[in-house]
Amino acid sequence: MSSKPLQRLDRVVIRFAGDSGDGMQLTGDRFTSETAALGNDLSTLPNFPAEIRAPAGTLPGVSSFQLHFADHDVLTPGDRPDVLVAMNPAALKANLADLPRGGTIIVNTDEFSKRNLAKVGYAASPVEDGSLESWHVHEIALTSITVEALADFGLTRKEKERAKNMLALGLLSWMYSRPLDGTEAFLRAKFAKAPEILEANLTALRAGYNYGETTEDFAVRFEVAPAAMPAGTYRTITGNAAMALGLVSAAHRAGLPLVLGSYPITPASDILHTLSGMKRYGVTTLQAEDEIAAVGMALGASFGGALGVTSTSGPGLALKAETIGLGVSTELPLVILDIQRGGPSTGLPTKTEQSDLLQAIHGRNGESPVAVIAPQSPSDCFDIAMEAVRIATTYRTPVIVLSDGYLANGSEPWRVPSVEDLPHLDVEFATGPNDTDADGNPVFHPFLRDPETLARPWAVPGTAGLEHRIGGIEKADVTGHISYDPDNHDKMTRLRQGKIDRIADTIPDLEVDDPSGEARVLVLGWGSTYGPIAAAARLVRATGLPVAQAHLRHLSPFPANLGDVLRAYDRVIVPEMNLGQLALLLRGQFLVDVQSHTAVRGLPFPAADLAEVLHKAIAQTLEGVQ
Amino acid sequence: MTTGTDLGMPSPGGTHGVPRLPEDAPKQTKKDFTSDQEVRWCPGCGDYAVLAAVQGFLPDLGLKRENIVFVSGIGCSSRFPYYLDTYGMHSIHGRAPAIATGLATSREDLSVWVITGDGDALSIGGNHLIHAMRRNVNLTILLFNNKIYGLTKGQYSPTSEVGSVTKSTPVGSVDHPFNPVSLALGAEASFVARTMDSDRAHLTTVLQAAAEHRGTALVEIYQNCPIFNDGAFQLLKDRDEKEARVLTLAHGEPVRAGNDHVVVRAPDGSLAVVPEADAEPGSVLVHDATDEDPSLAFALSRLDDGSMTHIPMGVFRSVTRPTYDDQVRAQVDAARSTGGGTADDEDLAALLRGGDTWTVA
Ligand SMILES: Cc1ncc(C[n+]2csc(CCOP(=O)(O)OP(=O)(O)O)c2C)c(N)n1
Ligand code: SF4
Ligand SMILES: [Mg+2]
Repeated sequence: MSSKPLQRLDRVVIRFAGDSGDGMQLTGDRFTSETAALGNDLSTLPNFPAEIRAPAGTLPGVSSFQLHFADHDVLTPGDRPDVLVAMNPAALKANLADLPRGGTIIVNTDEFSKRNLAKVGYAASPVEDGSLESWHVHEIALTSITVEALADFGLTRKEKERAKNMLALGLLSWMYSRPLDGTEAFLRAKFAKAPEILEANLTALRAGYNYGETTEDFAVRFEVAPAAMPAGTYRTITGNAAMALGLVSAAHRAGLPLVLGSYPITPASDILHTLSGMKRYGVTTLQAEDEIAAVGMALGASFGGALGVTSTSGPGLALKAETIGLGVSTELPLVILDIQRGGPSTGLPTKTEQSDLLQAIHGRNGESPVAVIAPQSPSDCFDIAMEAVRIATTYRTPVIVLSDGYLANGSEPWRVPSVEDLPHLDVEFATGPNDTDADGNPVFHPFLRDPETLARPWAVPGTAGLEHRIGGIEKADVTGHISYDPDNHDKMTRLRQGKIDRIADTIPDLEVDDPSGEARVLVLGWGSTYGPIAAAARLVRATGLPVAQAHLRHLSPFPANLGDVLRAYDRVIVPEMNLGQLALLLRGQFLVDVQSHTAVRGLPFPAADLAEVLHKAIAQTLEGVQ
Repeated sequence: MTTGTDLGMPSPGGTHGVPRLPEDAPKQTKKDFTSDQEVRWCPGCGDYAVLAAVQGFLPDLGLKRENIVFVSGIGCSSRFPYYLDTYGMHSIHGRAPAIATGLATSREDLSVWVITGDGDALSIGGNHLIHAMRRNVNLTILLFNNKIYGLTKGQYSPTSEVGSVTKSTPVGSVDHPFNPVSLALGAEASFVARTMDSDRAHLTTVLQAAAEHRGTALVEIYQNCPIFNDGAFQLLKDRDEKEARVLTLAHGEPVRAGNDHVVVRAPDGSLAVVPEADAEPGSVLVHDATDEDPSLAFALSRLDDGSMTHIPMGVFRSVTRPTYDDQVRAQVDAARSTGGGTADDEDLAALLRGGDTWTVA
C-alpha cells in the first residue's frame, strides 16, 4: 500500500508526447490496457506524423497519445489534457497550447539541452524562465534516472535510454493507481527472446513506479473508480481491429470464405495485417500490385461465391472507382472499406477527415448507386462490418464503409458479443433454373430479380446448367444478354437505383435523442463525429438547454424517416470534418436548409467547440432568428 | 526473409482439381461450348478462327463445362466470353488478370482463362499482366495481338511498329513497341508461347500445352484485323514467304529457319540465323523449353529485328514452379490443420475475446 494520500477523481485526460522514436504509442497503449483492466470507461486518440522517423527532437517528429478515462461513460478522448507528459522540448512546445492553465506537466529535463531547445526555437528553457508558472510542473530527469536504474545491465547507454518510456509509464501508473501486472506480462511476451532487454524494461517500469512512491515531488496519488457498465466480458479494441473481427464474424455467420484484396495505405493497412493472420478462419488475403487489382481480386472472388472485400483509404478508393462500377453493373456482393484520411491527393495520411462521403456515394461514372454506411465509434466498426456484409450479400451490391483515421486507431472498451447473438447472414446461391422460356422449358435468367429486394441470383461457376456471362456492358432485363435498347437501359438504370433504395426497408429508423422532448434544434452527424457531438449535447443539456441529437450510420440509402426527422425541428446543425458534404445531400434530397458546421483540422471536433455552436443556434432559435 | 513453412507443393497439371466428366459420359462437342449469342466481329476478323479453335479444343479437356470460366477485359477480342457457353465475365479494360487472380485463388476447382488484346494487356493492363505472370497464378492467358486498337477504331497500340500511321498517328508513331513474348519472359512467366490465328493445327497444339501447364500460361496469338491493320502478319502466312520467316519451335529439336538455315549459338552466347552449311558442328541450337534460365528463350524472342524475318512460333518456355494460388490455399489449409481444423463458434468466440479481457458482473 502506498504511504501517500489518495485523492479520488471522476475523470482524467492524459497526453503522452515525445519524439517518434520515444515509444509514446506503446506507452499509451499500455496505459490504456491497465486502465481498461481497472474497469474505467475510456477513449483514446493516437496522433503521429506520417514520417516514420522525422528528424529527432523536431516539431514534425512529435508523436502523442491521448487517453480519457473516467468512472462514467466516456464519449471522446477529451478536448484538452489534464496531464501532459513531455519527453522533450518539441513535445512540450507542440502540445502546451492544448493544456489548460493549472494542468500538470511532467517534463524530461534531460532532453532540455541547449541544442534541443534551439531545434524548436526556444531561446531559453521554458522550464527555467518562468514561462510555465501557470502549470504544475514536475521536472524529472527521466533519461538519467533510467540509465542509473539500469547501471548493472550489460547494455549500451543507448539501449538503456530506450527504456525511459517504461519509466514514465511506471510513474504515471503509480500516480493513477494502475496495476503493472498487465504490462509486465505484455513485456514478457514481447521480449521473450531478449531476456536482458526484458529485464531492463521491467526494471525501468518498476523504478518509475517507485520513484512516484518515494520522491517528495509527488504528494498525492489519484484514483478513478470503475465506471458502471453492463455486465459482460470486455476488451479494448481499435476501429481497425473491430472491422477485421466484424468481417471474420460475418463470413463465419454467412458460411462464406473471406477474400481480402488490398494494397497497403495508411490508415487502413492494419486491417490487411490483422486479417492476414486469420487464415484459420477461412480468410485469404491477397496483397495486390495496386488498388485496382485489389478490388478486382475481391470482385473475382465474389463472382466465385466468396465474400470479396477490399480495404483502402481515399486515394485508393479513387483508383477502385471503375471496378466498383463493374460491381454495380454485374450486381455482385462486394465490401469496400475506406478508412478516410485528410485529402485531397496524398493529403494528411495519418490524420482524420470525413471528406470521402461524396466520392463514396457519387464518385463513379454513370448512374452507379451503391450502399454507403459509416461506423460511429471504434467498437461500432464491428457491427458496421457485419451490416456491410448483410447488405452486400442480400442485395448483391457493392457496399462502401466509411471509417476514418480517428476510429481506425482510437480505442475503447468493447463488450464482446457472444457468437449466438450475432446476426444470421444466410446466403442463398442459385442452384437451378429460375424461369421458363417461350416453349415452357426451364431456363436460368441471371438478371431475374427477387421481387422483394430486387436482388439478382448469385449463380457461381461450378453450378451445372447455370452457365452465363456477365459484364459491364448494359444487360437486357431478366436475360442479362448485351442490350443497347434505350428503354431497357432506362429500366435497368432505375432498377439498379431502386434496389439500393429498397435497402431502406431493412434498416432501422433514425432515432432521435432528446431527453427533455422540448428541443427545437437538432444536431445531426454521421460517422466518427458521434462521440464529440454526443459530448457537446451533454454539455449543452447540463446548462439546462434542450437539444436533440441524431446520428446516421446509413448514408445511402438514408433511413426512411430522415425527412420527417429533419422537418420536425426549427433548425438542424450538421457538423462534419469536411466542407459540408452531408449537408449538401440533405439539402438536395429534402429541401431542408440545414446549417453546416465544418472543420478539417485532421483532428476530431473538440466537444466544447461544438457545444458553443449549439448554444448559439439554440439562442438564435429562441430569439426567433432564422 | 524466408518461407515460413515448406508447403510441399505438388506440381500437377493445369486442370488438376477441376472436376472432370465421368469416363462414360458422352463426349462434349464444339456445339456444347457455343452460346446462343450472335457473334459480332467484322467479317474476316481473325478472332473467328481463334473462337472456332477454342470451341473445338475445349471438349478435349474433358472438364465439366460449368467449371470453366473465361474472364476478359475490353476490346474486340474481349467479347470472346459471350460466345462460349461456359461461365464468363467481360470485365473492364485491362483488369481481367486481377479479377481472374481473385477467382482462381479462391476456387481451385475452376479452369480459369483470360482473354485480352494487345492494348488491354499491355497498355492499360500492363501492370496486372506482369504481376499475374511473376506470381504464377494458374491462368491461361490468350493475348490477341493485332497490333492495333480495334474496338476504338484504329489507334496504334503498344505492339505497333515505330512509324505506324494510324488514326492517332497521322505522321507515324514514335514509341517503341513491346514484344509480348520478351515481356512475358522478362516477368518470368513459367509458360510462354506464340501462335497464329490462321494456323488451326498449331493453335490447337499450343492451347493444349498451355492448358496442361500449371501456372500462368501466356499465349500470344497473332491476329489479323482486316479493318484497321489488315495484313499485319501476311508475311508469316504467305506461302512463299513464311517458310523462311517462321521458326517453328519444338522442344528437343534443332531450331531451323526454312530448309537451309539454322539458329546457332555463338561463343559469346548470342543467337544468329546462318545457312546450315556454314554452321559449326554442334553449334545448332536445340530448343529446350524447360530450361530454368529464361535467357535463351529471351534471345530467341529477340531474333527478329521487327521486320518479321525470323519469328519463332511455338512454346518458348515451359517450366515448373509453385503457383501463387496453390500456395495461398496451402497456407490457409496449414493454418486450419495446425489450429485444430476449420474454425467453429468456439474458436470465433476465442478470437473475439482476444488476449486481454476483463469481466463486469
Ligand atoms: C478505362 C477505359 N479506357 C478506354 C477505353 C476504350 N477502349 C476500349 S477497347 C480499347 C483498346 C482495345 O485494344 P486491344 O486491347 O488491342 O483490343 P482489340 O480491340 O484490338 O481486340 C480502348 C482504348 C475503355 N473501354 N475503358
Ligand atoms: S475491328 Fe478488327 S479486331 Fe475488331 S472485330 Fe473488326 S476486324 Fe476484328
Ligand atoms: Mg488490339
